[in-house]
Order: sequence, then C-alpha cells, then structure tokens
Amino acid sequence: MNKPIIALADCNSFYCSCERLFRPDLANKPVIVLSNNDGCIVSRTDEAKKLGIPMGAPLFKVRDIVEKHNVSVFSSNYTLYGDLSRRVMKVLSEFAPEFEIYSIDEAFLLLTGFNPDTIEDYLKNVRKTVLKYTGIPISIGVSHTKVLAKAANKLAKNDKIKSQGVYSLLDEHKRIADLKNFPVEDIWGIGRQYAKKLHLFGIKNAYQFSIADSKFIQKNFTVVGKRIAEELCGNPCIELEVESKDKKQIISSRSFGRPVMLKSEVKESLANHISTAAEKLRSQDGLVKSLTVFIHTNQFKDVPQYFNSSTMTLLSGSAFTPRLINLGFEALDKIFKGGYEYKKTGVIFNDIIQKEKSQLDLFAQNDTPREEISMATMDGINEFHGTNTVKAAACGTTKFWKMLSEMKSRAYTTRWSDLLKVG
Amino acid sequence: MNTALKQTQNNVVYLYTSKVSCGFPSPADDYIENPLDLNEHLISKPAATFFVRAKGDSMINCGIYDGDLIIIDRSLDPQSGNVVLASINGEFTLKRFINNSEGAYLQPENSKYRPIDINENSDFQIFGVAIHSVHKLL
Repeated sequence: MNKPIIALADCNSFYCSCERLFRPDLANKPVIVLSNNDGCIVSRTDEAKKLGIPMGAPLFKVRDIVEKHNVSVFSSNYTLYGDLSRRVMKVLSEFAPEFEIYSIDEAFLLLTGFNPDTIEDYLKNVRKTVLKYTGIPISIGVSHTKVLAKAANKLAKNDKIKSQGVYSLLDEHKRIADLKNFPVEDIWGIGRQYAKKLHLFGIKNAYQFSIADSKFIQKNFTVVGKRIAEELCGNPCIELEVESKDKKQIISSRSFGRPVMLKSEVKESLANHISTAAEKLRSQDGLVKSLTVFIHTNQFKDVPQYFNSSTMTLLSGSAFTPRLINLGFEALDKIFKGGYEYKKTGVIFNDIIQKEKSQLDLFAQNDTPREEISMATMDGINEFHGTNTVKAAACGTTKFWKMLSEMKSRAYTTRWSDLLKVG
Repeated sequence: MNTALKQTQNNVVYLYTSKVSCGFPSPADDYIENPLDLNEHLISKPAATFFVRAKGDSMINCGIYDGDLIIIDRSLDPQSGNVVLASINGEFTLKRFINNSEGAYLQPENSKYRPIDINENSDFQIFGVAIHSVHKLL
C-alpha cells in the first residue's frame, strides 16, 4: 500500500495579509493585528517580526516600537478574515481529493498516490493559484504524517525565498537531517511544559524525540506524546478529519470593554452571547440540551477575585433564543455575586443534537412551530440587514460591553456599503 | 401557517405540521426549472471574484460611470486592452491596461485625463481584471 502523503497549507501572517490585500500602500511595511478588545498582538508581518515585536504581547508594551517605526495597527476584522478564509479553502479544496480545514488559516490536503518526485512542483502551483485567486500568500509543508507536514510547513516559512513557500519531508534522509535541527518545542502538540521536561531528559531536537524509548515517552508524556513520536517517524496516527463536522460545542464569550459590577449589565451582555450562540446553533440545524454560563473577574488585576459557572439542562433540545436566554438568566442567578469587578461572561452550549434526530417528548417542552418560524424570520432579517437588526429585548441597546475595535478596517468583501471606491 | 394545533389545557399537541395535499398536482410540476441566477451569469470563479465601486468620470467613454458596481476576476491573466483594478504607488485605480511595443501604461477613458506610465520605478500591481460593470438606470 502507498504511504500516505499529507500536505499542510498555512496562510502567512493571515490576518495581516487580509488587511494588506485592500491596502496596497502597506506592501512590505510592518503590520500587526490585535485580538478582540484590542488587547494583544495576534498577527504580525515578517517586517513587524524583524522589529522584535513579540506574538501575544499587549499593545502598550510595544507602543514605542510601533510609533518609532510607523507600524500599522489593526483591530481584528473577523468578517473580512472569515470571507477570505472561505475563498482560500475553496481554492485549496479543488487541488486534493480529500481535505480537512484545520483552522481559519490552515488546511490538510491528502495527496496519497501522487508522484512524490513531482509533488513539490504540484504544490508550488497550488500556492501560486491561491495567491493569484485570493491575494493571500500561503506556505505548504508535505510529508507522510500530519506532525511531519506541520514541521515541513514551519521549514517552508523559515526560509520563504529558498523554499518558494513549499517544503517536503518525504525523503527519509532529509527527514532525519532536518529533524536533528528541529527544536523539540516547535513540534506540533508539544507544549511549553512538555518541552521543558524533555530538555531535562536531554531531548532537545525532534529526531531525539522520535527515537526515544516508546515506554519512556508514554510514561512521561502520555499516549499523546507517543503518537507524536510515531508520527515524527513517518507512521500516521492522527486521522484526517475529512467531513466538516458540525460543532459539538458552541462558545460565545468576550471580555467587557471596562470592568462591570452591575448584574443588569452582566445580564445584558450574557443575553447577547446567548443570542449569538443560538444563531450559530440554528445555522447548523442543531438543538441544545445543556448550557453553561460563566463569569469571572480579571485575574491579572489586583482586585478581589471571583469566578464561577453554572450548568442548566433542558429535557429536550431547543434553539429558541428567548427560552435559552431565560435559562441562562436562571444559571446566572445561581452564581452572580455583587461587589466584584467582572471582566468577562459567556455561555457554552454543551450538548448539541441534530434537529431531525431529536425526539418529540410528551413531557418536555419542545420549540413550537410558531417559535421556530419566529427564529427563522429573525435570522433572515439579520442576514439581510446586518447582525442585530432584530434581537431579543434582553440584549439591550447600550452595547457598553461591545468589543473595542478602534482600528478596524471595513468589511470590503461582505457589505455593499463597505466596498472599495476606486477612480 | 399550515399548522394545525389543538389546545388542551396548557399543553400543545401537534396533530400534523405540514401541508396535506388534497387535489390535483399542478400541471407545471414536471417542467419546473431553477430561476435565472445573476451570479451564475456574472461570476465564473466565485473564490476569485471581488466587487468594487467606480468613483469619478475617468472611464466614462467605456461606459463606467460614478457609482457603478465593478466585478473583478483575479483568476484571469491580464491582457493588454483589459480594464483592470491596479495599484500604483500604493493607490488603487481602475483603468485600461495597455502593454505594447511603446511601453506599458494605464489608459483612462476620458480625454480630460492623462495616461499613467508604468516603469521600473513604479510600484505597480494588477489586483484583477474587470469583467462586468453593473450600472443603475433608475
């Protein structure tokens, strides 16, 4: 049987690349994108990396570099990134018989049976086509397993000019030679804690990890570590998840724009999170049977700390926003304590079932057809006229909790009023 | 609403929730085709297609007016004579792209404007080829 051939395509500095696409003046200039609430740096161009701006750092820590070198700073614009991601994935999917979207900017391509001698040229063409069609630069690593494909991708990115964006670890000699120079902390799935521990055992590079005694690995790094080591040797252990599965869990949460003490304000924010989650739920034809509400204070701030969560269950599934909001409020009543400066609240929909699989329960309260129609109408209006055109009254109108996004670009590709105007 | 409900105290019991057909089927049922879809007519590569709005009067001689919706296809290789969305020295512009023995330049379609030269010193890139202009008549 043919050994599998797996490629990992990963967009370069994805959020920054999206921002640059509609700002030709920013080509070859340093750009960074901030997380929700404009907190931390989540994407950097190579130019920004060269200035020593670290990933994950809060903006205020690099304020001096940003001002001195005129770095362009953007708030995250997930509407834009989501649309461009969809385009990149569409183009990629046409190049592989099987395909798994791994994250907003990464996908695995299963290319088993392709000629290994010409695969690099094939992937260079994939890369060229994605860039031409979408304007987003990507790097591709290819090998026999996911962990090796991920490592190859990193090598492709390390030297973009030499690799031309594509790197193969299919060749056995090359695999061994490259893994000897590959730091153990850079292996996919090895966290910082594991890396520290591995260093204590004298395991510093990926090759050493791959040939370490498997009993020793399993004992110290669980079965996960053992699978990673196997994958590094070229033996696939992690299946490609080809089907785009509906989410089994939906989370909606966000930090408040400022510390919040009033229960009414927490409730308003929670109602909005539940509405968002319920809309996602309906879009995948799901019903939720259990939801968890959580609140917490800012653990990095020197204020009295409190965090708690509460889970509520329904006899049968529901996707009716008002019902879920009421349930969420009941959960909040159980955990809310006055006198704390809250930083964040949110909701997790845990037990999600498919609508057609749900059973009519004589004793349970199902969503009535009337409720279903009212939700479908609301979703339809919001899709056409924009998010939150129609919403539950509990969501309020003040939006004090809304994320800060002072430096957000326009929804160039998804909103008529935001289209680029060119003369 | 095609829903029959029977109210018994506080419980709602569904008798049936879909339309029950009783009568003759429509004679057109076998001949139904999908309605015409403008997306299909205007767009061949959705993943590579972007919309922009025309501004000003520099392209009026080829029928592109202020406010028109311009459909850009990035998948096409720009040919001399195509209207393109290009960026030159950091700014987007919509012009006719000419590339011949006399050189490369961006040609406006209005005598009020001058062609824009493209040389080694210009920071020039073609974003995509304009394939349609959607103009409102009312």
